[in-house]
Amino acid sequence: MDWSQIDLRTVGVLWNQALQNAGIAPPLLTVINWVVAAVVLLFVGLNMVIGLIWLERKIAARIQDRLGPNRVGPFGLLQTVADALKLLTKEDVTPTDADRITYNLAPALAVFHVLMTLAVIPFADGVIGADLNVGVLYIVAFGSVGSMAALMAGWASNNKYALVGGFRVVAQLLSYEIPLVFAMMIPVLAAGTMRMNGLAEAQGQFGGLGWYVWVMPCAFFIFLAATLAEGERAPFDLLEAESEIVAGFNIEYSGMKFAWFFLAFFLNSWVLSAIGTTLFLGGWQGPFVDRIPALGVVYFFAKTMVMFWVLAWIRATFPRLRIDQMMDFCWKFLVPLALVLLVGTAIILKLGLPSPFDGLALLVWNLALLIGGFWLLGKAQQRAVYASKRAFTPQLPRL
Amino acid sequence: MLEQYGFIAILALIAAVFPFVGLAVAWLLRPKRPNPLKNSIYECGIETIGETWVQFRAQYYLFALVFVIFDIEAIFLFPFAVAFNQLTLFAVFEAILFVLILAVGLIYAWRKGALEWQ
Amino acid sequence: MSLLFLVLALLTLVMAIGTVTARNLFHAALFLVGAFFGVATIYVLLEAEFLAVSQVIIYIGAIATLIVFAIMLSRSMMGREAGGYNRYWVAAAVGVAALWSLLALLLTTVSFPVVDQPVPADAIVQIGAGLIGPYLIPFEVVSVLLVVALMGAVMIARERHRQR
Repeated sequence: MDWSQIDLRTVGVLWNQALQNAGIAPPLLTVINWVVAAVVLLFVGLNMVIGLIWLERKIAARIQDRLGPNRVGPFGLLQTVADALKLLTKEDVTPTDADRITYNLAPALAVFHVLMTLAVIPFADGVIGADLNVGVLYIVAFGSVGSMAALMAGWASNNKYALVGGFRVVAQLLSYEIPLVFAMMIPVLAAGTMRMNGLAEAQGQFGGLGWYVWVMPCAFFIFLAATLAEGERAPFDLLEAESEIVAGFNIEYSGMKFAWFFLAFFLNSWVLSAIGTTLFLGGWQGPFVDRIPALGVVYFFAKTMVMFWVLAWIRATFPRLRIDQMMDFCWKFLVPLALVLLVGTAIILKLGLPSPFDGLALLVWNLALLIGGFWLLGKAQQRAVYASKRAFTPQLPRL
Repeated sequence: MLEQYGFIAILALIAAVFPFVGLAVAWLLRPKRPNPLKNSIYECGIETIGETWVQFRAQYYLFALVFVIFDIEAIFLFPFAVAFNQLTLFAVFEAILFVLILAVGLIYAWRKGALEWQ
Repeated sequence: MSLLFLVLALLTLVMAIGTVTARNLFHAALFLVGAFFGVATIYVLLEAEFLAVSQVIIYIGAIATLIVFAIMLSRSMMGREAGGYNRYWVAAAVGVAALWSLLALLLTTVSFPVVDQPVPADAIVQIGAGLIGPYLIPFEVVSVLLVVALMGAVMIARERHRQR
């Protein structure tokens, strides 16, 4: 059996031939293909969430020395299905005086913006909804639509906690979008393209050592930190700080509307992992992928799951930051770090060093910035601790 | 190029309709027994005081303003990043000048305490 | 294609009318977001994809949020219902009419350079090279302008802070 024939594009060609033989005109064929692709994409995305929620709960449970869901189905696998059914049949409480239209529109918009970002994720070489020339910016664009959803939900609920939660989360999403965008710009700088598939392609050199995470760990760190904030995950999950604002912008939502927010949250985490995989972990690149392109799907999902696992790990272990600490970390640490990194990367890449050495120079530069940045952060932290200690030094009683 | 956006349009249509289908199914299945107490807003059992839409601090506005500036900067830099391989070292320094001028703005906002969350 | 344009333009127009007629300021802001999105889809139709994503990122992601924050900042405007008219509406109508006729005049009389070639595949690369090359001075002036805007914003917001 010729393994190189097993390619998702071959399946596509066969499918097209079959439809053409059935007498369907090419323009209609294109539209049918789009609809099929869109439905498949949504189906994969939505079903994955069921597994993701189970996975995250299981990971968090094991890290925190608990069992996690284990009653419904084998290993508790059907727990999420049961939860979804419960939410579907649960009474929906709309608070009096809520702004009805905005209130109902917000969860739909939250799901919509995450589903739209699935369009530019390359699952394997060429297996991508639409390989846009502006792929990276397309993701950022729909990310900003997501913050509108939080704003609408917070405003429409007629609840002060929801309003404060909504505004906080929007301030957080806005702030962390800056380091996220700059961290995404650095792979674009190295690859010279914004197409998501092109970015994955550009990391195929040196058998896995060409992944950008190896040559630009500092950019990956900034991306990871910004991802945690953009995904509203701990330690940046201020929107659901129970001790301060109960549950954030979705406090008044129940039943299916809450389910949509929940789904958007987990799918967003997965999408962010997938973007990180494409930008930094080589996307669908892996051994033998040039001979058997279908393997790309396996590599892509494996890497995305590793990234998702890291996000879940961080969420299960880190305590929550205060809002001023979070803002400081973004504007006074990540943004300057990202700017310095960008300038240095541009200069190093333009020096015209021969092939392996430019990567090495980048690695040294990134490591130096990471270490230097954290050293400065530690110093600032120490100063802050000393300052607060001096402020609270008790007056010794005079003898 | 427009073919790609054709796909995006179809996906947008399906992704926009789908959440409402879910809401409609839930609307058919769920019980509907509202009462005034149930529909009152949840503020930990305490009755709401005053209006919900309270005035917010200037802090949020200030951060949004700083964000707008840096967002525009990033948008301007993305075409530069894509064209990077064709540029000369001198052109790269011109782009770096652009970044540095904005870094001055960041330092100014920092020194003036605009980045403190109070 | 022109049918698609008509539908999108009509949607944008409906959203824009909603923006000015909505009694509730937050609703007006949401209508404005809809209008921005409609403009972005028209850019896509013109194959100006970079402009389209920039429109969404800057106008929906940044400007619309800024407007909502500004609404929340000014308590007097935050009543659930706000009147659509104040005593300056005559002056505003005159100004709008003047601006509209000026724009209509410009659009009909100025002959814009038209290239009857397809949009190049590397349009974004050309934008980037253009920004650093022939349009260098405007590019750098933009950064100065942004810094001035930032400084002005910081000054005004600090004033407001001190007053309270």
